[in-house]
Amino acid sequence: MPVPDLKAKLAILADAAKYDASCASSGTAKRNSADGKGLGSTEGMGICHAYAPDGRCISLLKILLTNSCIFDCAYCINRRSSNVRRARFTVDEVVRLTIGFYRRNYIEGLFLSSGIIRSSNYTMEQLVEVARRLREEEHFRGYIHLKTIPDAAPELLEAAGRHADRLSINVELPTESGLARLAPDKDAGSIRGSMATLRHHILDAKDATGRYPSAPKFAPAGQSTQMIVGADGADDHAILSRANALYTGFGMRRVYYSGFSPIPDGSAILPPARPPLLREHRLYQADWMLRFYGFNLDEIRAASPGGHLPLEMDPKAAWALANRHLFPLDVNRAPRELLLRVPGLGPKVVDRLLAARRWRQLRLADVERLVRSARRVKPFLTMPDWLPRNGPDSLRLAERLVQPKQLSLL
Amino acid sequence: MIPAPATRAASYRAELAHPADFEGLRRILRTALALGIPPQLLDWTITGDESLPVRHPPLPPVPDAPTPRVPKQFLELAQLAISHTSPRRFRLLHSLLIRLQVQPRLLEDRSDPEVDDAEQMAKAVSRDRHKMRAFVRFRETSDEAGPHYIAWFEPSHHVLRLDAGFFVRRFASQRWTILTPQVSAHWNRQELEWLPGASRNDAPGEDPVEEIWKTYYASTFNPARLKVKAMESEMPRKYWKNLPEAALIPQLIAQAETRSSGMIAVGTLANVRDEAQACRRCPLWQPATQTVFGEGPEGARLMIVGEQPGDQEDLQGRPFVGPAGQLLDQALAEAGIDRSSAYVTNAVKHFKFQLRGKRRLHEAPNAGEIEACRWWLDRERALVKPGLVLMLGASAGRALMGRAVAVGKERGRPIPLPDGSAGFLTVHPSYLLRLPDEAAKQAEYARFVDDLRAAKAQAGA
Repeated sequence: MPVPDLKAKLAILADAAKYDASCASSGTAKRNSADGKGLGSTEGMGICHAYAPDGRCISLLKILLTNSCIFDCAYCINRRSSNVRRARFTVDEVVRLTIGFYRRNYIEGLFLSSGIIRSSNYTMEQLVEVARRLREEEHFRGYIHLKTIPDAAPELLEAAGRHADRLSINVELPTESGLARLAPDKDAGSIRGSMATLRHHILDAKDATGRYPSAPKFAPAGQSTQMIVGADGADDHAILSRANALYTGFGMRRVYYSGFSPIPDGSAILPPARPPLLREHRLYQADWMLRFYGFNLDEIRAASPGGHLPLEMDPKAAWALANRHLFPLDVNRAPRELLLRVPGLGPKVVDRLLAARRWRQLRLADVERLVRSARRVKPFLTMPDWLPRNGPDSLRLAERLVQPKQLSLL
Repeated sequence: MIPAPATRAASYRAELAHPADFEGLRRILRTALALGIPPQLLDWTITGDESLPVRHPPLPPVPDAPTPRVPKQFLELAQLAISHTSPRRFRLLHSLLIRLQVQPRLLEDRSDPEVDDAEQMAKAVSRDRHKMRAFVRFRETSDEAGPHYIAWFEPSHHVLRLDAGFFVRRFASQRWTILTPQVSAHWNRQELEWLPGASRNDAPGEDPVEEIWKTYYASTFNPARLKVKAMESEMPRKYWKNLPEAALIPQLIAQAETRSSGMIAVGTLANVRDEAQACRRCPLWQPATQTVFGEGPEGARLMIVGEQPGDQEDLQGRPFVGPAGQLLDQALAEAGIDRSSAYVTNAVKHFKFQLRGKRRLHEAPNAGEIEACRWWLDRERALVKPGLVLMLGASAGRALMGRAVAVGKERGRPIPLPDGSAGFLTVHPSYLLRLPDEAAKQAEYARFVDDLRAAKAQAGA
């Protein structure tokens, strides 16, 4: 396997792939190789095998087949007019890299994407061929995520779904006008069309598996997508509302937000500055509120006037401050839905509180044992031996919820 | 039913075959429960472990000891908790088992201290188990029987036995061995064998594919978004010594700043200064008069970073020209530093203020504003390449160190900055101006000049 040339190509094609935020390897069909024939397993929860100093997990071998591209998307390092070094893997090289890394327990599997070469169909064929070789010839049972080319022929999409655990098509920009301006070769309509087709296949296959467990699977880990934040003028409300539509309309497992990152040889129509990293984080927090905490979009909007989520505190704290009249809650009586709205309480902890309070009246010491961030939640709760002094009505609470405090000179 | 207490308060020895011997634990607890022996009368030992004294007679066998009824949840909890390294684990599980006989739903009460204790242990073990799945790195060797994948790993708890099944399911078709200090597992493609503990030298010293893996690790890292703490919380340093890729971390961090700023045409200081005039990275530009950029020679040995421009600076467009600037000039002169040879700038480049009548009162920038403006500071640093960055006050400290700093505690000595370059922290001169007491002002001023001298010595300026 060690070919010197391979290392140089890997450096280029991994570097070119890193702007895609997705690395998930969870939630796919369960497989293993205990029969002694294949290689690999997926057991529900994905594994992050390493972390890079950018704080992101490395779960999959995330590479491009090639970074040559006939498209000219302004935000993309691989666009036609960019001045980067180009490289291309052969199908065989990707297969050997994946297997070599997997056998040493470096990765959970492969995330393969590509620049568009020759045509959408030709590119998609190459991606599908890698997945097919891995599955049918190497009997690889690890995780495969394939980036899907929107205009590719339906039979190619179908083949991709048979081999891959997850498929993804990036919507790239929160607004279609942004897409038209920054990615003139991409067509919003065809992206939507392909996502709808994938959803249809995924649901069909799931339905069939429900009735006949041996029915062929189609992308059992579903589809995901990514939006670039801060490259066009869309504000956080627009981004969240697009995300909401993607979750409900296309059954996305995940919508990734990728803060626009300065790229070498950046295009002139990009903003001169990167958005604060915190903005991306706040969007993920709001995304979680929508999906796991029972908030709806309007509530988040109402608590963040001006179109953007506040940077200085998390959106759940902002909502709580805007809705002080609901607090404090009696920790021994409040229903689950309301407890979930206390900043600092998550679904796991709330369930623990509910289970524990069936056995005893919870006092301060109990809550402190059950809740890791007890200091943060105390102003929102009452207990038999605790009434918040700096309760929600206190002005000081707002100051305390602001995470990075105002700095003084000394 | 609470079992009747034993008639004699004699202690017994409970002997396990190995530190995480779950079957042994079940057998002993079943017997102890049948005999009504309380936790404090069982002395737990492990076969072959000479550090634990053998003092008491073994538990008498009770051939038909009934199987106590426990919730399934307890079995799962006990299986994890017994793999913990805490010597308390056996007695804790024993006590929980006894209490479960009268309070079958005890485990639902997470606020019970014993339940909580056991849950914490289980959580630590579960995490360690997961980290083992993640961080084991096989090296390929080969003999007459074909390829053989061998890993050396040092878990924090006794998790190899919990994890071996995972590796079998995943790598059933390859021959592998996982060596740990306590016990080793070998899979010969048919069955699992348990071998004694090993040492690092028993594992192969290298594998050429690791170089390719390291190439991948370095290339997939995005230097534009350094988040070292996030990395360390998920991949704690204790694991680094057995991860080939971890050897790259220090140099990747050190290069990150320069690589990232290289992504935008770095240009010259004059270019960057022009660009900064149009900065809209945070809302502070709106009420301010102008961007106050740094000044001084490119290539200065010493870079001095203050907080933000004040009223005078905002009007004149130059840093440190108001009252605090005059005090700084005086102190620099006393310390023997030529201001014109240093590069002088601020963490935040716009004046932030509150209007009080007709006066503009200074207001400290918040962390978001400092972070937004770090963009410019980074580019100034990339172009000036100072030997030492002298930080004046907490805002400058936050801008350069990326965290809250306690100036009183950290001032006056060299502080390495996150990118590996040299820093030095002292107070902001406006702090001296605000001291009400004249004597204190004098003393603090002298201390400030001392700090400047020390910084000068360090910068070699």
